[in-house]
Amino acid sequence: MFKNMYNWIDERLDITPMWRDIADHEVPEHVNPAHHFSAFVYCFGGLTFFITVIQILSGMFLTMYYVPDIINAYYSVDYLQHQVAFGAIVRGMHHWGASLVIVMMFLHTLRVFFTGSYKAPREMNWVVGMLIFFVMLGLGFTGYLLPWDNKAYYATKVGLEIAGSVPFLGDYIKELMNGGTIVGAQTLTRFFAIHVFFLPGALLALLAGHFFMIRKQGISGPL
Amino acid sequence: MAHKHDPNEKVVFVGDSRIRKRDYSNVTPPDYTAFPGKSEAFIPNFLLKEWMVGVVVLVGFLVLVISEPAPLGYPADPLNSAFIPMPDWYFLFLYQLLKYPYASGDYIVLGILGLSGLPFISLLIAPFLDTGKERRFYRRPIASSLMLVSLVAVAYLTWVSWNHYEHELEANGQVPEHIERKIKAEEAVKAGKPRPVPGKEKIPAMVAADDPAFTETMTQAQCIACHGAELEGGGAPALRGIGDVLSKEELVETITNGKGQGMPPFKETLSAEQIDQIATWLSQQKAEAAQ
Ligand code: HEC
Ligand code: HEM
Repeated sequence: MFKNMYNWIDERLDITPMWRDIADHEVPEHVNPAHHFSAFVYCFGGLTFFITVIQILSGMFLTMYYVPDIINAYYSVDYLQHQVAFGAIVRGMHHWGASLVIVMMFLHTLRVFFTGSYKAPREMNWVVGMLIFFVMLGLGFTGYLLPWDNKAYYATKVGLEIAGSVPFLGDYIKELMNGGTIVGAQTLTRFFAIHVFFLPGALLALLAGHFFMIRKQGISGPL
Repeated sequence: MAHKHDPNEKVVFVGDSRIRKRDYSNVTPPDYTAFPGKSEAFIPNFLLKEWMVGVVVLVGFLVLVISEPAPLGYPADPLNSAFIPMPDWYFLFLYQLLKYPYASGDYIVLGILGLSGLPFISLLIAPFLDTGKERRFYRRPIASSLMLVSLVAVAYLTWVSWNHYEHELEANGQVPEHIERKIKAEEAVKAGKPRPVPGKEKIPAMVAADDPAFTETMTQAQCIACHGAELEGGGAPALRGIGDVLSKEELVETITNGKGQGMPPFKETLSAEQIDQIATWLSQQKAEAAQ
């Protein structure tokens, strides 16, 4: 039955080559930890993606309860943490995942750096990777404010003060992020929108580019 | 399909249809000889192994998540001047770097552009700076040593920043708010009370509100400027119900010598007798007496 359905769709959309390409591409020995244990360093990219998926899924569930305004934000998080079934786990996954994804991404970047995999012809993929890195840091920074407790508030305040000290552009950046002159109601809604829509959108686009390039170029050869 | 059709006939498109009809009956599997050694197909062979690594990571991760609940402090209070700002750990190195005198103040341009911007931009365009063909790190001494030095610097700065934070906490006699809150919640639950939600606690009513210790001495001493006109709290903690928390001796001590960073000492402005009156009145502020 499924086979017939598949064939029906395939006849019309020619989908076979798309997934065959992903399924059949070769994984060479030098990146396969089953053959060389030290090749585990090549897992970090995949693990980063794994945690990224966890972040996106847990984040989607968090927005079911989170309320982005300065009066309710804190209490919605408190409610989520203590009253909602499995709320503590979902929030815990998003909280610890945010750190873990940075660790994994860091290790992945170091792997690419020390194996010299960023060299021709993979320069563009490195640049895209660095952009992903910055987007991830942006996600960390904007997400940190959302629980709206003192730690969130004061970290954002010093963070924006640092942004404000950038020569020439600082004041504009600061005011744009603040949504005014102080860290307040506007800042929270802005950070929420950036954290939940703008940056994940950019991240997904960049990841698509990242993976497309890896498939086109293949993994870098053995050293 | 109801009407008569040749069952072997494929859909045939006419006109400008862009879907090409292909025949997959004799596709040759992709070539695995480009790399030396034992290659294998991504699906299912390799993905299953990768998934096993993923499962190990996932289990470790979930153990962490369950054993260590995500922290939450007290609601943001823009007037809280004693709170020590603490960015997330992966920003600490930058935070610390920009505290050094030659990277801040008059030298902030150097700090931001030179010490932070330049390294990040170089990292961004690394492939265009390091264009040699050599890939092994031990044959690329400049690139590798620059990276190693940066790593050591980042680790060191992070450590300094964290250490500094711990010392500051200790010097101010503070506990991170999420820990304090957790301890208080545990105590309340143990005592059979409902888990307190910070900022939504019911403050007990005032006992003997017409006592001159409050209406005169405390009002003139400006206690209410910080603790609220009804002692309901504001910039400083609420004092209604304080009798349940502090003894009279502790109250005398707090008022005489101050507390933490926000509470000033009153030994100069108030006489010992006045302080004693206030402390006596405050020690009567108990939740039970208020009912
Ligand atoms: C400049 C603002 C300010 C003034 C004026 C002030 N306080 Fe305080 N007070 C504080 C702050 C802030 C704290 C919290 C200190 C801490 O815990 O670090 C505090 C704490 C206290 C505490 C301990 C509360 C607790 O839960 O541990 C008592 C008691 C107290 N104040 C009484 C008084 C009295 C009585 C006066 C007037 C004579 C007064 N305060 C005037 C700011 C003030
Ligand atoms: C969300 C973040 C990221 C994800 C999910 C991700 C994922 C991946 C994956 C799955 C691979 C295949 C090889 C491997 O697993 O090691 C890869 C390769 C690569 N990544 Fe990333 N990556 C991320 C961030 C980065 C960053 C921050 C950089 C560097 C600036 C980077 C640069 C590269 C490069 C150059 C390759 C090709 C390496 C080669 O062919 O050997 N990536 N990435």
